[in-house]
Amino acid sequence: MTETPLIKIEKLQVEFPLGRTLFGKPLKLRAVNNVSLEIMSGQFFGLVGESGSGKTTLGRAILRAAPLSSGKINFDDGDVRYDVGSISKSDLKNYRKLAQLIFQDPYAALSPRMTVRDIIAEPLEVMGLTKTREETDKLVREIAAKCRLNLEHLRRFPHAFSGGQRQRISIARTLVCSPDFVVADESVAALDVSIQADILNLLKSLQKELGLTYLFISHDLSVVAHICDHVAVMYLGTLVESAPTSDLFTNPRHPYTRALLSAIPSLNPDDRGHAQKLEGEIPSPANPPSGCTFHTRCPMAKDICRTEIPQWRKLNDKHSVSCHFSEDLPKT
Amino acid sequence: MSLLTVNNLNLQFDTDEGRITAVENVSFEINTGEVLGLVGESGSGKSVTAKSLMQLNPSNAVYSPESSIKLKLETEEVDVLSLKSSSELVIVRGGAVSMIFQEPMASFAPAITIGSHMVEQLLIHTSLTKKAAAELSIEMLERVGINEAGKRFHQYAFELSGGMRQRAMIAMALSTKPKLLIADEPTTALDVTIQAQVLDLMKDLVAEFGMGILFITHDLGVIAQVADRVAVMYLGRVVESGPVRDVLRSPVHPYTQGLLNALPKLDALDQPLTPVEGDIPSPLERPSGCVFHTRCPQILADHCQNSVPSATIVSKKHTAACFAIETDKEAA
Repeated sequence: MTETPLIKIEKLQVEFPLGRTLFGKPLKLRAVNNVSLEIMSGQFFGLVGESGSGKTTLGRAILRAAPLSSGKINFDDGDVRYDVGSISKSDLKNYRKLAQLIFQDPYAALSPRMTVRDIIAEPLEVMGLTKTREETDKLVREIAAKCRLNLEHLRRFPHAFSGGQRQRISIARTLVCSPDFVVADESVAALDVSIQADILNLLKSLQKELGLTYLFISHDLSVVAHICDHVAVMYLGTLVESAPTSDLFTNPRHPYTRALLSAIPSLNPDDRGHAQKLEGEIPSPANPPSGCTFHTRCPMAKDICRTEIPQWRKLNDKHSVSCHFSEDLPKT
Repeated sequence: MSLLTVNNLNLQFDTDEGRITAVENVSFEINTGEVLGLVGESGSGKSVTAKSLMQLNPSNAVYSPESSIKLKLETEEVDVLSLKSSSELVIVRGGAVSMIFQEPMASFAPAITIGSHMVEQLLIHTSLTKKAAAELSIEMLERVGINEAGKRFHQYAFELSGGMRQRAMIAMALSTKPKLLIADEPTTALDVTIQAQVLDLMKDLVAEFGMGILFITHDLGVIAQVADRVAVMYLGRVVESGPVRDVLRSPVHPYTQGLLNALPKLDALDQPLTPVEGDIPSPLERPSGCVFHTRCPQILADHCQNSVPSATIVSKKHTAACFAIETDKEAA
C-alpha cells in the first residue's frame, strides 16, 4: 500500500430531483451530503451503513454512474489524473477501463443468453481493447483461471452455475479489462456463508496479484472487519466516522458506530441482550433531521446536536469523526 | 408429548427434470414455549420443511407414506398431512399455526390496508365481530411497538418502513393466538439495528404468549440470540441437532464446523476465513450416501459415499449424523 490517494473526494454532494413543491420550487433528495474521503492506492476500503444511508450512491458517484451536484472527485493512479466530476467524453471511456464495479446479485447480473466466455469478453469488445478474437480469448482464459473458473465452463450458460460460481464469473468480467479500482457493492450479500468466505478470500488474493484498490460496500460489519484495511461509516448521506479497521472496531468514537457494532448478533448464546439498542429507524433522506442527522436516535444527544451540524474533524492522522462529543464518549 | 412432532418427513417434488428430493428423513419436536432454530444454506430444505407444517408446498409436492406431522392441541391431536380440504386446513393455516415470512412487502397485498388484512384473518379464525376484531388488531399493533397504531391500521404496506412492516406482520400472526409460530427468515431483509429490535420483540412475545416457535434462518448469530435448540440442515437432511450452546460451542458434524469456521468473527479478526470447499450440489445431482461427502474434509474412504449415516448421540440431547463420529466413539 502506498500513501498516495487513488481516489480523493472533497465535499461531495449527490442530489436527486423529487418533483416540485406547490409553488414550483424544485424538491431535492440529498443522497450524499458533504462527504470527503481518500482511498489510498492498494487499500481495501470498506463502506458500511444501513439501507438508505447513501453508500451505494457514493460508490456510483465515484464511477460517474450517479450525478454530482457539487464537490470534487479526483482519480490519480500515477499515470493519469481525472477530475471525475468534469471528465470529458473521451477521458470517461478510458476511466471506465480503470474503475469498475462488481454487482451484488450474481443471478441478476449475468445475461442468461450469453455463454460465460461471451459474458467475460464483452467489456473487451465494447471498449475495443483487443484486435483479434484470439487475443480476446487469451485474456478471457487468463482472467478466468485467476478467478478459479474451470476453463471447460466457458462454453456453458450461467444457469448451469451455483451462486458462488456465478459471482466468480461476475468478478472475472469486472477484472478482464485490468482496472485499478473496483467498487464491490454488497458483492457477498447474496451468497451463503460457506461460499461467502471463498469469494472474500478470492477478492483478497486478486488484490495482491493484480494490485487492485477496492471500495467494498457492505452492511455486514463482521465481513468488513475481516477483509478491509480501513472503514468508513455512513448515516443518512453523511460520513460519521472513518478509521483503520482495528481502530474503528476497538475504539469507535461515534455513537452510531457503537450502536452498529453492538447490534451484531453474538455467536455466544450466553451473551444475549447486552446490545446497546438503537430506538427507531433511519429517517427519510427526503426530510432529514436538523443539526446532527443522527440526533433522533442518538442515546447521548444534547441540545447542541439538534441545532448544529457537527464538523468532520480528525481525531488523529487516520481517524476522523463527526460528533460533538467524540471525546466525551464512555470507554468501551 | 410435544406440541409438534415431525417424524420421518420425506418430501419430493415432481418436476420436468424428474423427481427431486427436497427433504429426507427429517424428525424434530417443538415444545410449548420453546424456540427451535432451523439453520442451513439456501437449498437445504428448511423453508419447504416449514411449509409442510401448513401444507403450503405447491401441488407437485409428494410426501412419502411414512412421513408424519402431529400437532397436539388442548382437545385434540391433529395429523397435519391427513388434512385435505381447505376447511380442515384452516386449523394449521393461521389458526393454531401462524407464519411470518421473510419479505413483508411481498406478504401484504399492496391494494389492501394493513387493518383489512388483520381483520380478515381474525374473522376467519375467531368468532369476533368486525368491530372487536379491529380493536384487537389495533391493540396488537400497539403491543409490537408501532406508534400511532390507529393511523397505521388504515395505511397500506408501502406507507410503512421495512421494520414496521415486519412488526405489523408479527402482530397479525399473533393476533389469533397461535400455538406454534413459524418464522421464516423474519429478520433477513432488515438492517442490523432493526434486526436487534425485532429479535428483542420476538423474545418478549414468546415469554408473554408462551407459544412454540420454529425459527428459520441462515444466520448462526441470530440462532445464538434466540433459539433454545438448533437443528442444522444440509441438502434436505438434519445433520446435527441439540441445545444451542452444545451445537455452537462444540459442533461435531464437519458441516456445522465448516459453517462456523467460514463465519467472520469479530473477536478473531486476524484469523483467516476458511470456506467450506466446493459448491452446494444441484438438487438434480444429489450425492449418494452421506449428502455432505462431496465437500467433507473428514471423508472416510468407501464408506461415506455408499451408506447414509444415522443420527448418533453425542451427548444428552445432542445428536449428529456422521460416520466419523461413530468410528471415534467406537475407538474410544
